[in-house]
Amino acid sequence: MKLIFDKSVPGRRGVRTEPADVPRISISPDLLRQEPANLPQLSELDVVRHFTELSRRNFGVDNNFYPLGSCTMKYNPKVAEHIASYPGFADLHPLLPQLRMGGMLTQGALRVIHEIDTLLREITGMAGFTMQPLAGSHGELTGMMIMAAYHREQGNKKTTVLIPDSAHGTNPASAAIAGYRVVSVPSNENGVMDVEAVKQHLNDEVAGLVLTCPNTLGLFNPHVKDICDLIHSVDGLAYYDGANLNAIVGKARPGDFGFDIVHLNLHKTFATPHGGGGPGAGPVGVCRKLVPLLPVSVVIKRNDGTYALEYDRPKSIGYIAPFYGNFGIVLRAYAYILMLGKEGLRRVAENAVLNANYVKEKLKGHYELAFDRLCKHECVFSTTQRMAENGIRALDIAKALIDKGFHPPTVYFPTIVKEAMMIEPTETESKETLDSFVDAMIQIAAQAESEPEKLKQAPATATVCRPNETAAAKNLNIASL
Amino acid sequence: MPFISNTPEQQEQMLDEIGLTMDGLFGDIPGQLMAEAFDLSRGLSEQETRNRLTELAQKNATHLTCFLGGGFYDHFIPAAVQSIVSRSEFYTAYTPYQPELSQGVLQAIYEYQSMICRLTKMEVSNASLYDGGTALYEAMMMALRITGRNKVIVDDSVNPIYRVMIQSYTQNLKIELEQTRCKDGLANRDHILQLIDDKTAAVIVQNPNFFGCIDDFSDIAEAAHEKGSLMIVSSYPISLGILKTPAAMGADIVTGEGQSLGIPMSFGGPYLGFMASRKQYVRKMPGRIAGETVDAFGEKAYVLTLQAREQHIRRDKATSNICSNEALCALTALVYLSLLGKEGFRETAQLCADKANYAYKRLTAIRGVEPHFRRKWFFNEFVLDLPCEAADVIAKLIEKRFAAGFPLGRYYDGMENSILISVTEKRTKQEIGMLAEALESVL
Repeated sequence: MKLIFDKSVPGRRGVRTEPADVPRISISPDLLRQEPANLPQLSELDVVRHFTELSRRNFGVDNNFYPLGSCTMKYNPKVAEHIASYPGFADLHPLLPQLRMGGMLTQGALRVIHEIDTLLREITGMAGFTMQPLAGSHGELTGMMIMAAYHREQGNKKTTVLIPDSAHGTNPASAAIAGYRVVSVPSNENGVMDVEAVKQHLNDEVAGLVLTCPNTLGLFNPHVKDICDLIHSVDGLAYYDGANLNAIVGKARPGDFGFDIVHLNLHKTFATPHGGGGPGAGPVGVCRKLVPLLPVSVVIKRNDGTYALEYDRPKSIGYIAPFYGNFGIVLRAYAYILMLGKEGLRRVAENAVLNANYVKEKLKGHYELAFDRLCKHECVFSTTQRMAENGIRALDIAKALIDKGFHPPTVYFPTIVKEAMMIEPTETESKETLDSFVDAMIQIAAQAESEPEKLKQAPATATVCRPNETAAAKNLNIASL
Repeated sequence: MPFISNTPEQQEQMLDEIGLTMDGLFGDIPGQLMAEAFDLSRGLSEQETRNRLTELAQKNATHLTCFLGGGFYDHFIPAAVQSIVSRSEFYTAYTPYQPELSQGVLQAIYEYQSMICRLTKMEVSNASLYDGGTALYEAMMMALRITGRNKVIVDDSVNPIYRVMIQSYTQNLKIELEQTRCKDGLANRDHILQLIDDKTAAVIVQNPNFFGCIDDFSDIAEAAHEKGSLMIVSSYPISLGILKTPAAMGADIVTGEGQSLGIPMSFGGPYLGFMASRKQYVRKMPGRIAGETVDAFGEKAYVLTLQAREQHIRRDKATSNICSNEALCALTALVYLSLLGKEGFRETAQLCADKANYAYKRLTAIRGVEPHFRRKWFFNEFVLDLPCEAADVIAKLIEKRFAAGFPLGRYYDGMENSILISVTEKRTKQEIGMLAEALESVL
């Protein structure tokens, strides 16, 4: 398909600009660009057709089942999109509350932030939240900065952070960027972080630990509280990566497990759209002693029932985002939580876990199950011995699924499982959808035996087939200049 | 139950098939760790939810004519922008890890990267970052990696919100941060040039700067390069419709806030951080990058490339911890720029400058209102000195239905009487006239 630049026709226009009702100003030529930016020249219809065609070459949750493990690709309710477009929210300038009495101009927006803060505290068992982090990994960095600020305040000299080998890559990256050295802790034979291994790595240098629970294998660590207690014994802080909260939301709370810092991915658990890779939102919650360290500003409720932004927070880690986070995303999540309510919230985890175990049990025997035990929101399979003998890899299974009309699961992660295929169905999918996915997977498993060569050429139905990533990096072409 | 497809009967049937109960599904969580009860209300219907949120939206001021900017602007957004980015094949997709199912988003990112390069005249761009502030912080970190040095100079005409963000991020790191105080509305080159030494990783400047003044940093770039340092320019993309490009000034890394490119103000986000640089630094760049390649049949295709820089491969050695970026906002900017096109984009920038200049003339004609910086070129924002406290005047003008500007005393000592006024192409001659009348009446 042609690039938009290649469709340009000189003289064609997509919009009519405002009539010039004031005199033209001539800025000194040495401050101006030599020639206009080389943007395409297209009609509105050209642009609409181009992007409609691009959208047809893309696959979202609305197209079909999207069991991408660790990403929680649940259905994104349309009403949330509708609400985010209300002019009272979409057209609100972020600097208004910084004007004198300006907070009164944004009472509705401040109330949304204050109320979702209260809701998330209840859901996670934490004492306070910031809505500012702009994505999950940004939440991790914020949490790490809070950890560092806590140790500075305590006068602790801490240098390392413990992270399990099954962790998302963002965990070690965030810890490193915040200035910590990362110590990787191996998982045990049950696929979870081992209490003894934590003890071995425990010393006064340990600033904290990052744990995803259930972890990226979809396994809940029954010793999670003991691990948090151990970390606390050296005045370390326990950090909960909330990427997998969907497995326990409405059933159990990280705050009750002993975690001090929690980040949530609103674009996972709270159904805001992934946007093809953002924008997301990664609110961070903390235990009581860390509340004063949260970023500025914080929305408070005054005695007269009005809401205000508090900037005077001397112990705060400071500003980590320009304003109040990705407000448009926070707003969508707020609407979603209101619609779920107490009962709906519990049903989320129940059905997410039911769907994952259903798929796990149905595919067991056709694929190699990494850990044959109760899972939470996702399960991880490998290719079987026979598939390996036929040269079939997880990638081939993934590509074959595309021809069956499904988005593939996450492959080759977590890295501690060979040929990993990580399947997360989410609660919004129906039994019929899961059954047809299971059928497709079983057919592919059979094909891996009967006609492995054909599998290696999949997909046959997509617009492209196995683009060459090595060539892309070698012959770098990342812009049409 | 909303958004859960399976009926209770189906749930029972599935549980039967796998030989478990609902409680059994959570049998691996120790009993004492299960929550007893959640203090939440019952779930609301869609209508109840919409009514409640409509009520909250109405508690926000939408009746004000906006002359408030400060890096975040009320530009006109064509209806086709929202219409296109509302296609759910785009917005309900995840990061394009499976290129066969993501050619739409991947090509869009490639086109977005091309647009950013064409705007800034830089050679490479990433797929986006969170916002202009975090993009500037990431650019600083990138400069530290490239040079292996740890000193950074930032002029205080850079957006104060970005400067405090950089301060927060560097608290736990060994970075020497030097701040220069701008002079006569422009970056303080005397002081900057004096501070640049062989420990300096980067000089950070902004154009137009926070006061709206237009600068040319060619001399700073030259001095920085002489010492092996980099120049980072934070840029307002609409201004690039007419202003000298950062590349022409010798910038090494360019960042900025892309909100002005068709993204609603939405009370602070989601926004769009853009980043472009010289090609030689692309492997030190943070964030995702889409590249062109060929598929198994030799057909043109797009993929995420240079992933060896990223956290999911390099973990604690990655160039950044960023995972999700702002793909949908990048798409929005791409669609906006495609619709405006070559002529529309240039005209929009020119109109901003024209209308700001007209407003400047109208407002400085008022007795007691003086320009803060004399004989300086500005783009679409300028600073006026009022005879009394600016915050006070702005509060009075809110009663007259104007968000008249930003009181600079909030971030700059000694500027308590100064107001920063922004004018976009959206403001009409009539609105500017009404602001002038309103201002005159409250002084």
